[in-house]
Amino acid sequence: MSRGFDRVLAEGDVLRRRASFLQRIHIDGWLLFLLLVLVTTGLFVLYSAGGKDQGLLIKQASSFGLGLLVMFFVAQLEPRFMARWSAVLYVMGVVLLIVVEVMGHNAMGATRWINIPGLVRFQPSELMKLFVPMTLAWYLARHNLPPSFKHIVISATLIAVPFVLIARQPDLGTALLIAVSGIFVLFLGGLRWRWILGAIAAVVPVAFAMWMFVMHQYQKQRVLTFLNPESDPLGSGWNIIQSKAAIGSGGVFGKGWLLGTQSHLDFLPESHTDFIIAVLGEEFGLVGICLLLMVYLLLIARAMVITLQAQTVFGKLLAGSITLTFFIYVFVNVGMVSGLLPIVGVPLPFISYGGTSLVTLLSGFGILMAIHTHRKWIAHS
Amino acid sequence: MPPPIRLKDHERDARLIRSRMLFGGVALIILTMLLMIRMYYLQVVQFEHHSTLAENNRIHVQSLPPTRGMIYDRNGLLIADNRASFSLTLTRERAGDWEQVLDSIIEILELDSDSRELFEKRIRQGRRPFEPVPVMFELSEEQIARVAVNQFRLPGVEVAASLVRYYPQKEHFAHSVGYVGRINEAELKKLDPVNYSGTHHIGKTGIERFYEEQLHGQVGYEEVETNARGRVLRVLNRVEPISGQDIYLTLDSKLQEAAELALDGRRGAIVALDPNTGEVLAMVSQPSFDPNPFVTGISFKAYGLLRDSLDQPLFNRVLRGLYPPGSTIKPMMAIAGLDIGVITPNSRVFDPGFFQLPNHKHKYRNWNRYGDGWVSLDLALARSNDTYFYDLAHKMGIDRMHDYMTRFGFGQRVALDMFEETAGLMPSKDWKQSRYRQPWYPGETLILGIGQGYMQTTPLQLAQATALMASKGKWMRPHLARSVGGLQPIVDAEMPDDIVLRDNKSWDAVSLGMENVLHGTRGTARKVGDSAQYRIAGKSGTAQVVAIKQGERYNSDKLQERHRDHALFVAYAPAEKPAIAVAVMVENGESGSGVAAPVAKQVLDGWLLDDEGQLKAQYQPDERSNVEVRR
Repeated sequence: MSRGFDRVLAEGDVLRRRASFLQRIHIDGWLLFLLLVLVTTGLFVLYSAGGKDQGLLIKQASSFGLGLLVMFFVAQLEPRFMARWSAVLYVMGVVLLIVVEVMGHNAMGATRWINIPGLVRFQPSELMKLFVPMTLAWYLARHNLPPSFKHIVISATLIAVPFVLIARQPDLGTALLIAVSGIFVLFLGGLRWRWILGAIAAVVPVAFAMWMFVMHQYQKQRVLTFLNPESDPLGSGWNIIQSKAAIGSGGVFGKGWLLGTQSHLDFLPESHTDFIIAVLGEEFGLVGICLLLMVYLLLIARAMVITLQAQTVFGKLLAGSITLTFFIYVFVNVGMVSGLLPIVGVPLPFISYGGTSLVTLLSGFGILMAIHTHRKWIAHS
Repeated sequence: MPPPIRLKDHERDARLIRSRMLFGGVALIILTMLLMIRMYYLQVVQFEHHSTLAENNRIHVQSLPPTRGMIYDRNGLLIADNRASFSLTLTRERAGDWEQVLDSIIEILELDSDSRELFEKRIRQGRRPFEPVPVMFELSEEQIARVAVNQFRLPGVEVAASLVRYYPQKEHFAHSVGYVGRINEAELKKLDPVNYSGTHHIGKTGIERFYEEQLHGQVGYEEVETNARGRVLRVLNRVEPISGQDIYLTLDSKLQEAAELALDGRRGAIVALDPNTGEVLAMVSQPSFDPNPFVTGISFKAYGLLRDSLDQPLFNRVLRGLYPPGSTIKPMMAIAGLDIGVITPNSRVFDPGFFQLPNHKHKYRNWNRYGDGWVSLDLALARSNDTYFYDLAHKMGIDRMHDYMTRFGFGQRVALDMFEETAGLMPSKDWKQSRYRQPWYPGETLILGIGQGYMQTTPLQLAQATALMASKGKWMRPHLARSVGGLQPIVDAEMPDDIVLRDNKSWDAVSLGMENVLHGTRGTARKVGDSAQYRIAGKSGTAQVVAIKQGERYNSDKLQERHRDHALFVAYAPAEKPAIAVAVMVENGESGSGVAAPVAKQVLDGWLLDDEGQLKAQYQPDERSNVEVRR
């Protein structure tokens, strides 16, 4: 018995933890390294996509700096502490969403921002990207897995409230991503396969009935355009036609950094935000895109390891949801730009220009680090 | 026995999550592979295709602008046409150094530096990449030839044929149909960028603006393959545009012409309505202007001349001209007085030539200083007696007056489909309080009774109020479009309530008074009435341009021509079965009955008489005897 104990001490993380400075400040070295690789790549691509605008680079880099600070702060929090406060945070987030909704009505237009001049300016929907999975993880972890019918219904309500509020802003893309992050928690928590299959099976006839009996001709046209943007070449189809041409013309090795013609001749709209992967595809080719996808996969692999090693059910559920949702961001963006998926406004994580998404993403990774570095060791007791 | 307590089984939970996570991991790798396969497909399999595409950017989507709907008058006379016009376009991306190409254009066509500035501005307004931007319109044959000869010096420059609006009737319908002009930046922000992607013109005023959506149509597009110089080699896909809808107007060009002739070169406004339907039969604002230069862009100098002209040709007098209604308002005042009960058809007022409020010294003068003696309603209308209406206004009070005049459409926009209309002003106590922070004075009610004071009306409002007299209070909003795309244009969602009186005979009493204006022995416009082949109900009026002091008399010789009173006349005919209502305003014409009334009669003749000068059969009164009795 004591031999086994010794072996744990000798081989396990306890010693390494003592030795590692990074672990003492609750930072995961692998994640940090991969994040730095991604953001550096992003800055290079952004320099080309943004027309060699250094101001853009400085803004993006400072957003990244701010994001790192937030990540560092979040990593210091005990996961137990997060679990305890998640319900309060969730309610707060919902209240802020309602405030935005009411203000938006008063201002006679849609708004997504909370703006206290001189102090803060942020989108409550960004907060909900983290609060929703956190709250669901906390809720499911309190009970036995897999969740019972009652717990599933309550979880679904917890997802539906912010979904409806955000979809009304109207920001359907964000609303869907938040719903997905909540659904992943349920999925990891062991939502039974028959429920999952049942839900998918239910969607098909409902959608069919809506199409046949409820929707007007112009609504159908919009859905068709959404599903197949190339049918509207003067509108959103233009982006897809051009981004496909940009990516395709990159070939295997690309045209070289700063040598992409599509993006530089202003063919490509939004080339530095949602469609930035088209610039990367044009300038670095298939090799560049595959390398980038590999870096994403490595990052996700490390996050999965963290999920599996997490000690609490709350930690596992939350880390798993953040990991899978992160992948969905990448998949939806690349799929959209390459013409596989309909166009929804989802930026490419860490590459697309935009401070808000950077900070939110880095906070998510801060949570992963917190879950990983705050583990308790039986050996200590 | 208590039910067994289920302990939390962390080991089991962890296994469950691990298995789900592994499932997620596998799905994620498969999806990533899918992305990579997609990229392989785009970048390796379709490389050739995309590479040539990108290199020459050969495939272009070109908008096919829809043909704008035509506008006809009620008889099918073409008022707004589309004609082919050649314009010079420049595609910035193909021109290389486009500024230098611009220099070449200027040199080849021998233009001045102003044009260059204008061209540069137009190019910078270009909306999407590889869009040919029209820089110059209406190329002459010679200019086209010069460009063709020098084509090698002008990369990215093309002569394009397009349809441009043309108004064959020139100035005759400028104030009703309006015109189109180039889309400006403010309009661009509000427009649907897709539907207007090939359109360069938009309705700026009048019918062109009001029915812009229907006239414009739906854009089409074609995907074309071009060579490196931008020449179209092949059309890959084509979706036809849907032309805009044609509009038939209620206007009658013959009557319009008759009305313009009747004004005989004087400044003024004429509106003729069908009181039964609200159709605008003629709408004249003189002087007018030729809308055609506005379509392609009027030169700054030419525009300055129009804008600064003392005669204000750009000013739409029918819809935007505000005038005190003067005595033309008396029939409506009489209706109000009869319905309220402060007068009856037989009640009389003694006119010594002026009216005084009790305990006030101020004399409110009749236009006839000597007075008309005992005056009843009939005579008051025929003689346009002011004293009678001072008395009536005094008894009625401002609140009830405001109420009734509002029901006749004063102080509000009355037209259904005219963009520029102003609401005019029907004063009230509340209005004066908020406008001047002053209470309402009784004297102000008196002068309102004869249509002077604060009240401001447009000629269209006068015509509509007269039409209401003709239709006995049945509201039909005046409108210009008879059909849009072969259908009824728009449903009048907020038709004002019909004017319903306590006693319908009140209409007849006032109508008789209005007939006596032209047909009575003491009528102010009896000279005009004598020559009419049908019975006209009318009322003259003068709108003061400058105020006259107490104790002073209006003396036209002392006043500058532009300060003389405006002459007004409203009428409808035939009085027994009204088919047309008309309002005439002759600027600085001085005499309503002397100047405006003959104009009104000419307009009525234009509608009611046939080519031989005989009353058209459908306007013959039903019973001859009825007329005799009225005489």
